[in-house]
Amino acid sequence: MKLAVASGKGGTGKTTVAVSLALCATGNVQYMDCDVEEPNGHLFLKPQITERITCKVTVPVINEEKCTYCGKCRDICRFNAITVFGKTIMAFPELCHACRGCFLVCDEKAIDEGEREVGVVEKGSAGSISFCHGKLRIGEAMSPPLIKAVKKHIIKDALVILDAPPGTTCPVIATVKDADYVILVTEPTPFGLNDLKLAVGVLRKLDIPFSVIINRHGIGDDRVERWCAEEGIDIKMKIPFDRKIAEGYAKAQPLVETRTDLRASFEQLLEEIRQ
Amino acid sequence: MKEIVVLSGKGGTGKTTMMGSLAVIVPDKIIADCDVDAADLHLLLEPEIKEKHDFVSGVEAEVIPDKCTGCGTCVELCKWEAITLDETAYVEPLDCEGCGVCAHFCPEEAIMLKDKHCGYWFKSETPYGPFVHAQLGIGEENSGKLVSLVKNKAKEWGEELGKKWVIVDGAPGIGCPVIASLSGAHAVLLITEPTPSGLHDMGRVLELTAHFKIPTFVCVNKWDLHPEGAKAIEDHCDKNNVAVIGHLPYDPCVVKAMVQGKPVVSLFADSPVSVAIKEVWQKLSSILS
Repeated sequence: MKLAVASGKGGTGKTTVAVSLALCATGNVQYMDCDVEEPNGHLFLKPQITERITCKVTVPVINEEKCTYCGKCRDICRFNAITVFGKTIMAFPELCHACRGCFLVCDEKAIDEGEREVGVVEKGSAGSISFCHGKLRIGEAMSPPLIKAVKKHIIKDALVILDAPPGTTCPVIATVKDADYVILVTEPTPFGLNDLKLAVGVLRKLDIPFSVIINRHGIGDDRVERWCAEEGIDIKMKIPFDRKIAEGYAKAQPLVETRTDLRASFEQLLEEIRQ
Repeated sequence: MKEIVVLSGKGGTGKTTMMGSLAVIVPDKIIADCDVDAADLHLLLEPEIKEKHDFVSGVEAEVIPDKCTGCGTCVELCKWEAITLDETAYVEPLDCEGCGVCAHFCPEEAIMLKDKHCGYWFKSETPYGPFVHAQLGIGEENSGKLVSLVKNKAKEWGEELGKKWVIVDGAPGIGCPVIASLSGAHAVLLITEPTPSGLHDMGRVLELTAHFKIPTFVCVNKWDLHPEGAKAIEDHCDKNNVAVIGHLPYDPCVVKAMVQGKPVVSLFADSPVSVAIKEVWQKLSSILS
């Protein structure tokens, strides 16, 4: 079963919830951090990394000895990664989406396969939890290829907890797309509510079942709860605003270790979702 | 005109709270919300929309079933595994990258490329000055392109109006929308928090802004919740020759103002956090002037 934790708004407590779920689950569990721009799960789970795999995408390298400057590669590329003017041709590998159109369209076979490093996938374990995350190379713009590379390491038959990036666009969709269930973590503020609505829109479009956890319950107002009630969205848990939790977080202590009393709620939540 | 981008790496560190307050205290500026994935700044600025424009970007492949013979060429060529084959081919819009390879190589010319309507962008007036913002359609892509568009429109408009500053709310992370928001920026104001995640994510943004050679200034939010964490952030910044120009205290006024939909400096002008935010702007503006 694949269970994703997402939010829309950043900093609502996705990693806090995802790590807690991984620590409270029984049996074969895998924690997978798909927030490859800013992965944080490893700070709390402190895994031992045993394997590093570099993730690359194929980009064009022009062989000017063979090139006739016909411009077909430029014309097929919708991402402006190749320009041709007169007897000059230039490739911009950082703009390339790796669709391979230019390789296919070149009659002279004048385009060789180069590589652009997107980032690295790291695997290991934290106690009995299998751990995997991706780290986007600094300066790389496209995270979905790395997220897909991370997800290639999903362990079949395990309970897989997918920690999603914030937002509502391609990186989030790449993460939650084939999940069986999504937990949306929000906070009781107008920002939390605005971004929750966007995230709910995405999940409804993808047709994935979901429910909500409200974090820092008590800091703001009750508009999130009222909206969820109107929309018939189940609120599975309210994690209280508690200075002790913030202090634990500041020491990289998982929530269920700071507040062991919350373990039972996470265990029950997992049980409900499994059913 | 000088352009300042507010970033954070980690989400929820107080970027939009800072932006809302800068919108109030920075004189002679235009405001841009480049966090188009999860735009929140409009909740604080009460924008009155003056112009609404379509955002059309990229293409999406669609199979014309009557022409499709089900040969499977497109399925084989699609690097995104976006096409499935039953009797005819079907392109899943959410997986389509818009590269057009399938349409180019379809022997029956049975795939058309449609322009994608990905959302809207707006020019608005607010009580604090002109504001350019956007709304990305549910589950749409091309947020980097929308970020560039919002920023360029803000710059154009700001120049027309003879403004001195462009202040830009950036996205969390270090990927496509963040990189798009950095192009042409004069400075980055990086809001972080004194936690291991805040430190880790700030470190990655600092690497990114160093890569693009953009001067970066750090502000530690809620520093007093974990002074040792704040110290770790200062040490990291010292080591990397980055100036820490502000420490904002934890202040319940922040959430109170947010709930009322107002920037904290306008609702609680004398609260500790408002005083500290004003100091940050004083320092930043004198450094950049």
